[in-house]
Amino acid sequence: MNTWRLVEGSLHLLLLLGLPPLLPGVINKTKALMAGRVGPPVLQGYYDLAKLFRKGMVFSRTTTWVFKAGPVVAWVTTVLAGLLVPLMHHAPPAAFAGDMVLLVYLLALGRFFMAAAALDTGSPFEGMGAAREVSYASLAEPALFLGFIAMAKLTGSLSLAGMFSGTLPEGWSGAAAALVLVTASWFIVLLAENSRIPFDDPNTHLELTMIHEVMVLDHSGPALGLIEHGAAMKLFIFGALVLDVLIPVTTGDPWLDWALLLAGVLLLAVLIGLVESSMARLRLNNIPKLLVAACLLALFGVILLMV
Amino acid sequence: MSGEALLALALGAVLAGGAAALLPAPGERPQRIAVGLTTLGAALGLAAAASVLAYGPSAGLRLGWALPGAELRLQIDALSAWFLVPIFLVSGLGAWYGLDSWRLSEHPASARRLLGFYALATAAMAIVVTARNGILFLAAWEVMTVSAFMLVTTEDERQEVREAGWIYFIAAHASTLLLFGLLGLLWRARGSFDLEPFAAGALSPALASGMFLLALGGFGIKAGLFPVHVWLPPAHANAPSHVSALLSGVLIKMGVYGMVRVTWLFGDPPLWWGALLLALGVVSGVLGVAFALGQHDLKRLLAYHSIENIGIIFIGLGLAVGGRAAGSPALVALGLGGALLHTWNHGLFKTLLFFGAGAVLHRTHTREIDQLGGLAKAMPRTALYFLVGAAAICGLPPLNGFVSELFVYLGLFGSLGAAAPLRWLPAVLAIPALALIGALAVACFVKVCGAVFLGEPRTDHARHARECGPAMVFPMAVLAACCVGIGLFPALVVPALDRATAGWSLAGATVPLAGLAPLAALTWTGAALLAGGGLLALALRAAGLDTRLGTWDCGYVLPTPRMQYTGSSFAQVLVTLWRTVLIPAVTRGTSDQLFPGPSHYATRVPDTVLERALLPGLRGIAWLLAWLRPLQRGSIHAYLFYVFLTLLILLLFK
Amino acid sequence: MDATLSVSNGLLVVLVLLNFAVLGSSRMSTLIRMVAIQGLLLGTLPQLRSDVLSWHLIAVGAMTAAIKAALIPLLLRRAMRDVRIRREVEPLLGFIPSLLMGALGTGMAVVFSNTLPWPAAAGGALVLSTSISMLLTGFIILTTRRKAITQVVGYLILENGIFTFGLLLLDAVPFLVEVGVLLDLFVAVFVMVIILNHIQATFLSHDTTRLSLLKE
Repeated sequence: MNTWRLVEGSLHLLLLLGLPPLLPGVINKTKALMAGRVGPPVLQGYYDLAKLFRKGMVFSRTTTWVFKAGPVVAWVTTVLAGLLVPLMHHAPPAAFAGDMVLLVYLLALGRFFMAAAALDTGSPFEGMGAAREVSYASLAEPALFLGFIAMAKLTGSLSLAGMFSGTLPEGWSGAAAALVLVTASWFIVLLAENSRIPFDDPNTHLELTMIHEVMVLDHSGPALGLIEHGAAMKLFIFGALVLDVLIPVTTGDPWLDWALLLAGVLLLAVLIGLVESSMARLRLNNIPKLLVAACLLALFGVILLMV
Repeated sequence: MSGEALLALALGAVLAGGAAALLPAPGERPQRIAVGLTTLGAALGLAAAASVLAYGPSAGLRLGWALPGAELRLQIDALSAWFLVPIFLVSGLGAWYGLDSWRLSEHPASARRLLGFYALATAAMAIVVTARNGILFLAAWEVMTVSAFMLVTTEDERQEVREAGWIYFIAAHASTLLLFGLLGLLWRARGSFDLEPFAAGALSPALASGMFLLALGGFGIKAGLFPVHVWLPPAHANAPSHVSALLSGVLIKMGVYGMVRVTWLFGDPPLWWGALLLALGVVSGVLGVAFALGQHDLKRLLAYHSIENIGIIFIGLGLAVGGRAAGSPALVALGLGGALLHTWNHGLFKTLLFFGAGAVLHRTHTREIDQLGGLAKAMPRTALYFLVGAAAICGLPPLNGFVSELFVYLGLFGSLGAAAPLRWLPAVLAIPALALIGALAVACFVKVCGAVFLGEPRTDHARHARECGPAMVFPMAVLAACCVGIGLFPALVVPALDRATAGWSLAGATVPLAGLAPLAALTWTGAALLAGGGLLALALRAAGLDTRLGTWDCGYVLPTPRMQYTGSSFAQVLVTLWRTVLIPAVTRGTSDQLFPGPSHYATRVPDTVLERALLPGLRGIAWLLAWLRPLQRGSIHAYLFYVFLTLLILLLFK
Repeated sequence: MDATLSVSNGLLVVLVLLNFAVLGSSRMSTLIRMVAIQGLLLGTLPQLRSDVLSWHLIAVGAMTAAIKAALIPLLLRRAMRDVRIRREVEPLLGFIPSLLMGALGTGMAVVFSNTLPWPAAAGGALVLSTSISMLLTGFIILTTRRKAITQVVGYLILENGIFTFGLLLLDAVPFLVEVGVLLDLFVAVFVMVIILNHIQATFLSHDTTRLSLLKE
């Protein structure tokens, strides 16, 4: 039993570190195919990382240690957060009461340092991006927590592993509407937190309407590699959360479960690609509206559990 | 030695320190003696608190007093001891800080007065949390209030300081008035002023609720609960920085202490008390941080964060009261545990932040966030400690703020399982509110750290700054270490916390926090974070391939430091989003000519309650009362006529 | 029966979500589309919730759907085009505050309908809370939006709420549902009157401007 936990734990870590760079590749490929282009190879994320980690770093004379700490803290917190997320039917390596709070606050710690690093450069563009990043996150977090409330109310569990296993399938038969709403809300949060269309356009650089990409403008080399990899991991984490609610089933065979997870994550990436090819970016002042809508969806899910 | 004896010695030392400051000796000597004695007193006081937290409550001290109904009755139970710790820690460190920031030689007129009242305020607060007689409590409360007024108005030659002082004075007396009412009801309920728990069912619900509401009003004003927080931002902004730290870190906690002590009196509170406390906490927390976002003044911003944190404490307290009403010891442990630990934590990191802000003010002579910038290079240690405090106040792991917020979160999530809507609906309100508060606090402190310490200096004020002396930096280091320590090893403080909560829950069964919260996991997470971050940073450094260039200017030819994103622009998205409550005031010049000349643009987020409701309201009342003015025309005949009239009325109605 | 009930419960949830969409949208055309979808869903609900499937009910449902989802939206769109009303909603209260008010109202509706000792019929509470939530949304739209045409939309949602309420009494008083259809016709007339009024107003204003132009 213990060795099996060890194997599962290492698989979890392996997937967490290895799989994410594939996701932007899949999204971009989907978008390219939808637009009738060939697009970059699916593995482009890995190529980029390999290249970035071989390069040197350039730092601005304005910056202090905070700038260097930004990517490091952001990457470490994302890895730790990833170790708390159940991957569909597989319990995470670490699970305890309140781990969902830790998950969100770890990501917030990363955001704190990334935004501070952006301000450390003194560049107005990066300040702009950092301001938007932290502002919109303040609306995404309540939506996430409202979803957790629905989960806790439904399963009576205080940890992620408990929320997404065991009794959740019964939840789907009894309170499907609430769960659909939570899924929808979390999908919106996923798009917002990972700066995807309609919140942000990861393809453009240096537009005044941008959020995440403009915040990391001054990072280079391995530091930029850490940021890119961390961002991909964050996408994976949120994707796993959405899948946890959506497909709480087990096939019985653990290896088949892993395969199901893989398929689910890739399908989610394709779905994001489809959303991106069919929508335009929102005007900045409409972004809060959509995020409030995400909060309301989850809140309504909670309300439905009262009926 | 008994707890009371230690405490008495501590108070003696502190007060002797205050008196020593008045010695007519030349130079810095009186201040040095005062600080030495205060340090001694703080150490003794901490020892008294520690002995109670480790070995249980002291025997108590009871002496007669000539006043009717009054007694010199003191006892240090775990709850008192819990509040004694920040009182002595913060005032001890603050005294050291003052050694450099408010030197006797630099402020000959005000420094002696400051030192004297500082000692008096510390001693009074220590008595407030240990008094077991209502009159003694109220007397100590008044001494504390008045000495705090004298501390706030240290620089009374400045107009804004005097205004802040008056607002504080009026608010504090409104609070005391309500507390008089509370004592009146206490006398009616018990026939004495003893502060001891009532037997279950001994009181009519109406009387109990009346006492609760009076206490909520009185202590709420002191704690700075929204919407009766109006005195707090101006007072904190205008007091000397170590006084702001004492106000925010300790003095407003006396309101929290009062609320905890009063709810302790009643064995079976109704559920709505808890719901009310929690709702007020939510309002206070969310609006506190929202107003903080709009501030340009560093210390005023920190003051609004005190309102926010008081909100978090009240959410925890509301949870605990609700838990006691519902008979759930787990909720009491998590709610009150979270509230009490957050009281400590806020005392630690807010003091740290005010010390940091004071250091900045000391070297740059401005509190305007947008005038600063780039101080991390000139003041590296202050910047580091401020950053630790900022991360801690945002509730980020692995620091202490996260631990207490996690307790409250766990309690709220735990209450979701209850069947009655009044028991679990508050959690649906409070959990997203806490998340919102946390995320907004992150935004606000990124703004502060970024605009003050990072980037390039915006003005000469910031350009010529240098690091402060060790007397100012050392207290910050101690506080930062405490923040990290509690965050990494919460298991060390939890036994003491359990004792404090157990004292509050009376006869009810208690649950140790260690069984409810993942303390070991927090330690592991913190260790993993530090180790992972450290290793990764070392690995990057070992790569050793860095080049230094200017920040990429996006192709612009002549960027200047003034083009940096300011604190106000950073907060603009959120201030706009919250404009319904913040109501920002904008003044701008026109630029409609063909060749527009220089123009200006300024925004300000005034305190909505004070400037849009209270002051106009009071002005209205003053206008109404002006009609009564002819009654007092200074003529002795008229006054004699009034006396006659009064006599007549008394005779008629007997 | 069970399956149809859960489908109808799902539809009720969608109805409430459409309320939020109405509260949050800044485009007149979206507003009209959302109300049209609401009408369509309402047309299917009587059949789903009734135990016996009668031609009578189907006819009523079809009528409702036709009027609410086709006729009235058509009239509204035509009105917008003819009178050249700008496509933006002009709110007196911002979108996010209206959304939050809507959420508050819905939450209160749910609490309220759970406390009522109302029908034992399964899903009764959900119907009631949906209905109250729609009524409140209608009121919010009526009171916080500036344009006459948004007033019509608000009234429509209000009326949809009343129709939903009628679902509870479906078996007892089928007559009520028919009255609902009549109400729809009333709205249609209401809309037309507004259009006429507007056109008249526009022409008048055109006239006066022309007259004043002539003077110069």
